[in-house]
Amino acid sequence: MELRFSDAERAFRQEVRDFLAAELPAATREHMLRGKGPTKEMVVEWQRKLNAKGWATPEWPVEWGGPGWTPAQKYIFREELQMWPAPQPLAFNVNMCGPVVIEFGTEAQKKRFLPRMANLDDWWCQGFSEPGAGSDLAGLKTRAVRDGDHYVINGQKTWTTLAQHADWIFVLARTNPEAKKQEGISFFLVDMKTPGITVRPIVTIEGGHEVNEVFFDDVRVPAENLVGEENKGWDCAKFLLGNERFGQARVGASRERIRRLKTIARETYDNGRPLIEDPEFRRQMTEMEVELKALEMTVMRVIANETKRAGTGKPDPATSVLKIKGTEIQQGVSELLMKAAGPYAWVDGDPDAEGVNEWEVAPDWAFGLAGIYFNWRKQSIYGGSNEIQRNIMAKAFLGL
Amino acid sequence: MDFDLNESQSLLKDSLTKLLSARYGFEDRKRYMASAEGWSREVWAQYAELGLLGLPFSEDDGGFGGGAEETLLVAEQMGRHITLEPWFSTVVLGGGFLRHGAEASLRQELVPAVAGGEALISFAFQERQSRYDLHDVAATARRQGGGWVIEGRKGMVLHGDTADWHVVTARVAGSQRDRAGVGVFLVPAKAQGVNARGFRQVDGTRAAEVEFAGAAAHSCLAEDGMDLVDRVVDEAIAALAGEAVGAMDVVHTMTLDYMKTRTQFGKPIGTFQALQHRAADMLIQVEQARSMSYFAAMASQNADRLERRRDMHAVKVQLGRAARFVGQQSIQLHGGIAMTMEYAAGHYFKRLTVNEAAFGDTDHHLRALADAGGLVQAA
Ligand SMILES: Cc1cc2nc3c(=O)[nH]c(=O)nc-3n(C[C@H](O)[C@H](O)[C@H](O)COP(=O)(O)OP(=O)(O)OC[C@H]3O[C@@H](n4cnc5c(N)ncnc54)[C@H](O)[C@@H]3O)c2cc1C
Repeated sequence: MELRFSDAERAFRQEVRDFLAAELPAATREHMLRGKGPTKEMVVEWQRKLNAKGWATPEWPVEWGGPGWTPAQKYIFREELQMWPAPQPLAFNVNMCGPVVIEFGTEAQKKRFLPRMANLDDWWCQGFSEPGAGSDLAGLKTRAVRDGDHYVINGQKTWTTLAQHADWIFVLARTNPEAKKQEGISFFLVDMKTPGITVRPIVTIEGGHEVNEVFFDDVRVPAENLVGEENKGWDCAKFLLGNERFGQARVGASRERIRRLKTIARETYDNGRPLIEDPEFRRQMTEMEVELKALEMTVMRVIANETKRAGTGKPDPATSVLKIKGTEIQQGVSELLMKAAGPYAWVDGDPDAEGVNEWEVAPDWAFGLAGIYFNWRKQSIYGGSNEIQRNIMAKAFLGL
Repeated sequence: MDFDLNESQSLLKDSLTKLLSARYGFEDRKRYMASAEGWSREVWAQYAELGLLGLPFSEDDGGFGGGAEETLLVAEQMGRHITLEPWFSTVVLGGGFLRHGAEASLRQELVPAVAGGEALISFAFQERQSRYDLHDVAATARRQGGGWVIEGRKGMVLHGDTADWHVVTARVAGSQRDRAGVGVFLVPAKAQGVNARGFRQVDGTRAAEVEFAGAAAHSCLAEDGMDLVDRVVDEAIAALAGEAVGAMDVVHTMTLDYMKTRTQFGKPIGTFQALQHRAADMLIQVEQARSMSYFAAMASQNADRLERRRDMHAVKVQLGRAARFVGQQSIQLHGGIAMTMEYAAGHYFKRLTVNEAAFGDTDHHLRALADAGGLVQAA
């Protein structure tokens, strides 16, 4: 056991920081410091810079352009980006679809798709959930029927994050309706420009547009875009969902938000004193910091374990712990941020929209904090809801 | 003690329920929210017709002599439909200042207009630094001629953009955080030097930043007015409790209905015990909150200020916790559907979130109650 970061790892951390300082546009950082998600342009510009540096795909094998980092380096990199804050490499490309193609795809698919994913030449989105298939993902109804050298897809996906930006979508569709429900599903790569695909926006409770419905009406997909074997798509899905849970810990992101919280709590007053001096507020904030430290160490343990598990093809069941605690902490911190702003968190709208805050109806930093709190309720719902994670734990860990 | 409604209360409840069911569906509400003023003048006129707007005023002043029980009843219905009209700001807050702070002549001038729906009132108290301390007032009032001139800026003024009158706190004497020397003034929204910039709040209601640049007050309700402010705010807290109970009850029921119809894994999600327990915990919160709202209506009428304040702190703590839990869990138990603007649950959650912190969040009131020695006297 050696629990401290080595000199080399500390040097690596510094290297990441230097790169962020030199290369990330100040406007992107400023935008994200307010807690807002980066725009498409911000994400694309940044990922291309990372890719040029060889850093866009930390999890990929060297053969496919990965940097060959140790688990600790991957962790440090992710954390530094989140803390700066800077956009992460697009998860749909780099953490979801890419690894599936690497693990299950053909050589031709790897050559065709991976380099463009890494450079964000194509923006990918995740077509899993359906109106009737949320937690029970295997209950999905979207159909794919073989027709010569094509599959014809019909059905509806929903909650598709950022489909409005997407060039490609990875889709789970049923190829064998007769089989047991997990055994009749296949994993497809679909060009969003294919005739028959319609994207309709869903507005979320804080007023943002980040999710969509995606309709498939006789969409013809070349058979070469099937990943893995027909009817074996559930293996791809399980593999992908395990990786997704891992990404939900977001330790660096919570640390950045707590840092922000401290700045705000110094600038805002309660009981005639800076809020940061209020014992109750400090206690709640500090509790978050303690929880976060424990989570950080759990993440490290899972990472260390990853090396041992490599090749088993199965995600660590402990990733459910990361998902539950990671989202609870993020939600807790978003609530404290809203609380810190007090009534001024309630102004609706975007301060950057023309004319919205020219009268300074609220301090600029307070804008949108309630909206983020509302929006972040999604975290305990998606990526396998926190109830479903507990079910997984009961089964996989507890033998119940 | 009697928890049942008497005949006139039942009548009031029935007619209001009827009106709101007919005029305040989810789609109607969306339409009102999207309109220029952000609420419905038409519905407002119907409140007036029903007698809601004159309800708490004495008959001598042109009202109907309703009490805290009637206000609670109305508030709950408003909460059930998460209405957008300025009932709370005009009748509960504005009306409270008229009832407890205005001379007979002023009451006779204004109450009939309020009751008729022609006069809208807002309460302008929030300042950048004041957070939940209403005595923390930097705005000033100085004498000029026989009257008063107000200088200062107030934020998050509920319905401050459509109000005809602003009740404003402004310092007459002392320093910024002194309890003594906070005056309460009535200022016409049209007075020179009054500027309001309206915006929408996250719960759909309208508010404004209001600037008073040497604005002449119509009248002074109190030169040393914090007792008056407390009195009115304590009644407002009771009304907020009623609103929260109404909103919680509806969103809880909505969640239960969804749990019975949404199927995953081949059965209604309401059959999963983890969710059943959560829904039961929500019911505990709703019931405890409802009990506390009755206590609030009663306690808000206590003339003993310190005793009353303690009770109202307790009300805010209990209601705040309930609103948070019920709001959050109603989203969680629905899953993704409740994260959308097109589904009603999210709107209830947002209203409950604002309600929780209106006139002080849970932390604020818990600290204040603890500092005041709690509710149970030491032996
Ligand atoms: C903002 C947002 C973005 C999303 N982005 C994407 C995306 O890009 N791509 C994609 O494919 N999907 C996406 N999703 C979908 C997400 O994965 C689903 O919302 C999630 O799987 C839950 O499904 P559901 O919303 O249908 O809720 P349901 O599955 O209907 O669940 C409702 C409630 O029941 C509970 N529940 C269900 N089953 C059980 C059980 N067996 N035991 C106990 N409790 C249970 C759930 O925990 C929840 O509380 C997104 C969702 C949101 C909200």
